[in-house]
Amino acid sequence: MTARIGVVTFPGTLDDQDSLRAVRTAGAEPVSLWHRDKDLKQVDAVVLAGGFSYGDYLRAGAIARFSPVMETIIEQAKAGLPVLGICNGFQILTEAHLLPGGMLQNNHLHFICREQKLRVETSGTAWTADYTAGQEIRIPLKNMDGRYVADERTLDELEAEGRVAFRYLDVNPNGSLRDIAGITNAAGNVVGLMPHPEHAVEPLVGTGRTDGLGFFTSILKKLVNA
Amino acid sequence: MTLDTVKHASETPEAEQPWKELGLKEDEYARIREILGRRPTGAELAMYSVMWSEHCSYKSSKVHLKQFGEKVPVNDAMLVGIGENAGVVDVGQGYAVTFKVESHNHPSYIEPYQGAATGVGGIVRDILAMGARPVAVVDPLRFGAADHPDTRRVLPGVVAGIGGYGNCLGLPNIGGEVVFDACYQGNPLVNAGCIGVMKHEDIHLAKASGPGNKVILYGARTGGDGIGGVSVLASETFESTGPAKRPAVQVGDPFQEKLLIECTLEIFREQLVAGIQDLGGAGLSCATSELASAGSGGMRVELDTVPLRDSSLSPEEILMSESQERMCAIVEPDKVDRFLEICEKWDVIATVIGEVTDGSQLEIFWHGEQIVDVPPRTVAHEGPVYNRPYARPAWQDALQADDANKLARPADAAELREQVLKLVSSPNQASKSWITDQYDRFVQGNTVLAMPEDAGMVRIDEKTNLGVAMATDGNGRYAKLDPYTGAQLALAESYRNVAASGAKPLAISDCLNFGSPEDPDVMWQFAEATRGLADGCLQLGTPVTGGNVSLYNQTGETAIHPTPVVAVLGVIDDVTRRTPVAFAEEGQLLYLLGDTHEELGGSAWSQVIHDHLGGMPPKVDLEREKLLAEILISASRDGMIDAAHDLSDGGLIQAVTESCLRGGKGARLVVPDALDSFVFLFSESAGRAVVSVPRSEELRFTDMCGARGLPVTRIGVVDGDEIEVQGEFSIPLSELRTAHEKTLPGLFA
Repeated sequence: MTARIGVVTFPGTLDDQDSLRAVRTAGAEPVSLWHRDKDLKQVDAVVLAGGFSYGDYLRAGAIARFSPVMETIIEQAKAGLPVLGICNGFQILTEAHLLPGGMLQNNHLHFICREQKLRVETSGTAWTADYTAGQEIRIPLKNMDGRYVADERTLDELEAEGRVAFRYLDVNPNGSLRDIAGITNAAGNVVGLMPHPEHAVEPLVGTGRTDGLGFFTSILKKLVNA
Repeated sequence: MTLDTVKHASETPEAEQPWKELGLKEDEYARIREILGRRPTGAELAMYSVMWSEHCSYKSSKVHLKQFGEKVPVNDAMLVGIGENAGVVDVGQGYAVTFKVESHNHPSYIEPYQGAATGVGGIVRDILAMGARPVAVVDPLRFGAADHPDTRRVLPGVVAGIGGYGNCLGLPNIGGEVVFDACYQGNPLVNAGCIGVMKHEDIHLAKASGPGNKVILYGARTGGDGIGGVSVLASETFESTGPAKRPAVQVGDPFQEKLLIECTLEIFREQLVAGIQDLGGAGLSCATSELASAGSGGMRVELDTVPLRDSSLSPEEILMSESQERMCAIVEPDKVDRFLEICEKWDVIATVIGEVTDGSQLEIFWHGEQIVDVPPRTVAHEGPVYNRPYARPAWQDALQADDANKLARPADAAELREQVLKLVSSPNQASKSWITDQYDRFVQGNTVLAMPEDAGMVRIDEKTNLGVAMATDGNGRYAKLDPYTGAQLALAESYRNVAASGAKPLAISDCLNFGSPEDPDVMWQFAEATRGLADGCLQLGTPVTGGNVSLYNQTGETAIHPTPVVAVLGVIDDVTRRTPVAFAEEGQLLYLLGDTHEELGGSAWSQVIHDHLGGMPPKVDLEREKLLAEILISASRDGMIDAAHDLSDGGLIQAVTESCLRGGKGARLVVPDALDSFVFLFSESAGRAVVSVPRSEELRFTDMCGARGLPVTRIGVVDGDEIEVQGEFSIPLSELRTAHEKTLPGLFA
């Protein structure tokens, strides 16, 4: 048996095809979800892919958060539905208050596209169980608004509760506080990060590494074994 | 103000008209009156002025461009040739690929961000209009001197504009070039290319046929931006003083374009259009007249139904507006509802603005009154044609006699080493990653190769691993020395780059950037370059599928270097066999393919060390280029080489430096007996590449080269963490990396 993993397409979503491919490559069944549709088609988990939903006008992720599909996702995420937000998806998750903090424009004010080294800080989430805590991976990073910020108390809380899921290594590419590249909610079902694991699932394309595949095999195993 | 209707125009033959302000010449205006048998209405005058502009009508270049249609090589791959929005070639397995390079030079100087952004938008819509899904973009760019203050204004704006627009479309940016030269100071060249993929049966053409079919305008609302962009901006020389031309530059909305792409592809999937055209230069004037002209001729448009961003726009302005992100489709009446439904799904505004008629006139109405009544062919396809005078410039002989081979060369090994470091850190030869890292090269998950590789490559079928590759090249310095040879060198380099990646070159698109056609010197450069390119394409068997001409790239009396940019498209049956540039395996053998002569005219060395341009460019041998390409492709397919890098500007040492830095491995080089070390390192002889060969393949590879008659010389081995030229000098990779990578951030970050 396998699991059904949905990938949402908002107007302006760009990495939905890549995310669907990553889900398929991991062995799960990819399901396309449409922003206007409240129905999640009985998927077992959801990926919010990268891009510029609604043009990122107003603020990245700010409009997507109010779309019909997000109403259902917010409700079910609170009840335990695994959700992974990549890049714009991460921005949407913070706008939806499923994850704390927010993203500002990169401190160098340029779009940046590069291969980025990360440390996986916890294997205790639905999306990182196939990694070991402390494992170093390299996956693509590409964004304009990637600088993670939150108030000191929130940051301390995240650290104390082991909810900083990924940290930038070698180079902090955008000025994110405490080198934070991604975080998880307390339950570990909702995870968001700026770099792109879905671009690193086959050796042929992208940077030629498969370090991102673990996100998708992690969730598949969890769902199948549940 | 009274509406200038057709009736009113007939009644007031003597009314003064602003033909001059709209960029028309006196005899052109007279010809319009002759065609119509009366004076044109204001709306008609607007249409003719933009459609007869240099940019849209190719009136100065047409007589030379004809050669691309006459000297056509036998090539089974061509499905659609010159004349459509973009050419289409067969790449096998039922797939067709469409591709094109275009210029957005003038707007990018005036307003770098929007100029460059809308350049990307325009070329993507051209590709989309052929029925294809756009899969990748490339950007050949040329700027003034890297350290000039204005370059700091233009370059960051252009790069941010390309990134800001392209990154939002979800199209990987896989290649292009960045060149600096003082000749582009007031006229930067911002060219943009796009590749699209479709199945053979999905090719769509821009024509309106079938009386009763509806004309649907969809996409963004029409605004007051870009009015007269093609006539006022792109078809005249900039004067150093003069009114600001910013309102003539369009403003882009990439989000709207992304919706337009997805919406249009869904419309194609359901086969809902009979004809389609994008709105770019000359806006609705172009789309309606070209669609009607290519079809049976008759079309009726109710211009007041066009959705507007600014309700105060006049009919003339609506016809001339170059507002972005708009398309025009011809749809059978019973398919209109479904068409509109799909547009609604994607939140794209769509409006039926007219219909195809069984007449022969393009008729446009404004609140029921007729303001246009013209034969569409006279607007779209039968514009003026000029046989501009041309003559070999008086200075050409002196320039060629100023031999670069006579320039002072390094006196000893220490100076040779110093010049290598100067070369690889010079703005033209330095790493461009500060720029290309602002573009998304990963999106869509099919990017197999991207810059700084020799060619960009994307997979187009995940099951079979079929892929396409593209490289763009052009060297204005070579072309200035000898335009005929310079154009062929651009073609040869681009062709070689595609072959070095392992793909088979199929066809080309070109973007011909030149000065004012009203200058006989420039026209001679143009005539020579087009002749060289057409002859070269015939010999290499790669037809020209389409492209673009950009003239008037000059400020006052000073023209840019003639700059023909050539984009070669190649196909590769199995992208897993692609050849990267990186030397990644220690112990592998380095071989130089081709002959090295003492050729320094127009070279990077002569520019960097002596600030010199003179002599003759490297010789071209296209038969040799073909052989080299065949060897590179065979070696890639059969796994005989692990890396390949073409040799071009900067010569061998530039290529080896790039390959070593890319792979993180050093190299030990031995100067071949027959060559002087300086010539070995810096000569820019064409028809050459350096390859990295696993020891187990050495015999097989050299035997193949020997049997085919390609000169092959063992020049060293991949080894260590420095580049050592034996008996001369060595430079640690870390020192080379710093020199190569710090230049652009130092100038622009």
